[in-house]
Amino acid sequence: MCLAISGKVLEEFNKGGLRMARVQFGGIIREAALDYVPEAKVGDYVLVHVGFAISTVNAEEAERTYKLLEEMDQLTELNAPVVEEVSARKPQ
Amino acid sequence: MKYLDEYRNPRLAQSIINEIRRIQTRPWVIMEVCGGQTHSIVKHGIDRLLPDGIELVHGPGCPVCVTPLETIDKAHVIAARPDVIFCSFGDMLRVPGSHGDLFTLKSQGADIRVVYSPLDCLKIAHANPDKKVVFFAIGFETTAPANAMLVFRARQEKVSNVSVLVSHSLVPPSITYILQSPQNRVQGFLGPGHVCTIMGYREYEPIADRYKVPIVITGFEPLDLLEGTLMTVRQLEAGTATVENQYSRVLDRDGNVPARKLVNSVFEVSDRRWRGVGWISKSGYKLRWEYREHDAERIFEVKEIDTNEPAICISGQILKGIKKPHDCPAFGTICTPLTPLGATMVSAEGACAAYYAYGRHLDKQKAEAAVLLGGAA
Repeated sequence: MCLAISGKVLEEFNKGGLRMARVQFGGIIREAALDYVPEAKVGDYVLVHVGFAISTVNAEEAERTYKLLEEMDQLTELNAPVVEEVSARKPQ
Repeated sequence: MKYLDEYRNPRLAQSIINEIRRIQTRPWVIMEVCGGQTHSIVKHGIDRLLPDGIELVHGPGCPVCVTPLETIDKAHVIAARPDVIFCSFGDMLRVPGSHGDLFTLKSQGADIRVVYSPLDCLKIAHANPDKKVVFFAIGFETTAPANAMLVFRARQEKVSNVSVLVSHSLVPPSITYILQSPQNRVQGFLGPGHVCTIMGYREYEPIADRYKVPIVITGFEPLDLLEGTLMTVRQLEAGTATVENQYSRVLDRDGNVPARKLVNSVFEVSDRRWRGVGWISKSGYKLRWEYREHDAERIFEVKEIDTNEPAICISGQILKGIKKPHDCPAFGTICTPLTPLGATMVSAEGACAAYYAYGRHLDKQKAEAAVLLGGAA
């Protein structure tokens, strides 16, 4: 129920006084209200829940978190065995 | 898809699991609060990849699950009226009330519509001026800004034929409730990432401090959940109890200030009942008095409805992390997603329904068969 999906803002427009956007989620494009993310602009990734963008995805933080995980991977890969079920599973 | 695929990298998942194994010295019980996290954990089998002794228990954060049976019955009474168009998110239509679900009512002729966004109700109201459009406004803090916007716009645009049946829950009071239980087993929490996207996480800080539990606000992808678990185990091992933010690409300490402002102008905090759990003080929202003309309970004057839940159902204990679906004799036998007996089976985000969807009821059957076969041999 609290599912929110990140998508890319393709264009902005005004609809009945609401600031709206066309947002691309993979192959699907849907409308979302931008009233709660005044900072969002075309090209940004926003997190959308029931037709409302509720956050702008912070690209720097996304990369920082991922980099930390990669660094940990480089540090730990030598000292532990690989568990079959994880390594065999394809990314979804 | 950007910001999704990266967080599903199996090699990095393995390295986080290795790190948890490296630092863990004793068993720990950690609760993920949000039903979306529960679903992702069971879907990806994350709880089974963790080292022995790191137990994930599943919290009360599924709004469909904890909507009281009485409220569902009230929705039925309103939706059955010929002058009403009843609108809802899709998840709510399959939840059985005392007399069947809303889908059944729809098949009997009631005008019940699934909407993508609460704002769709304004369009429906404009197109049907002779009907009363009622929206089933359920959700946690994540959904409150969208539901609040519907009521705000209806009042602003003087759309008098729109009202809402409110069933809103708040996460922090439910966490406090769990921690106050004498049977509590939970030692750390994965906090709900999308709830905190709206609310920020300041209100979790006094809880972590008072009850000496680490709370790590966590996202929904496999790497998010594993990293959140690692951060929680690190704190548990170090004996610290603070609020940390694993999901910093999406939220900060203050959350979404414009969204919260609108929510606070439309709703006020109230006591509410949680299905399977009971009353929790100051754990929900109700409409403010200024918006009473859009309050469906007031407009339709539905009387209080008495309901009974099956005695066999242990969903209350599952929602508090005291028991797991397999501890229930009804799980996967007389209680299934098609014939749910209680809160945790009525929605795909409930712990029992998630276990069932990913075949875990079969483990129970296999274990029982093994006992029987062993006895026969």
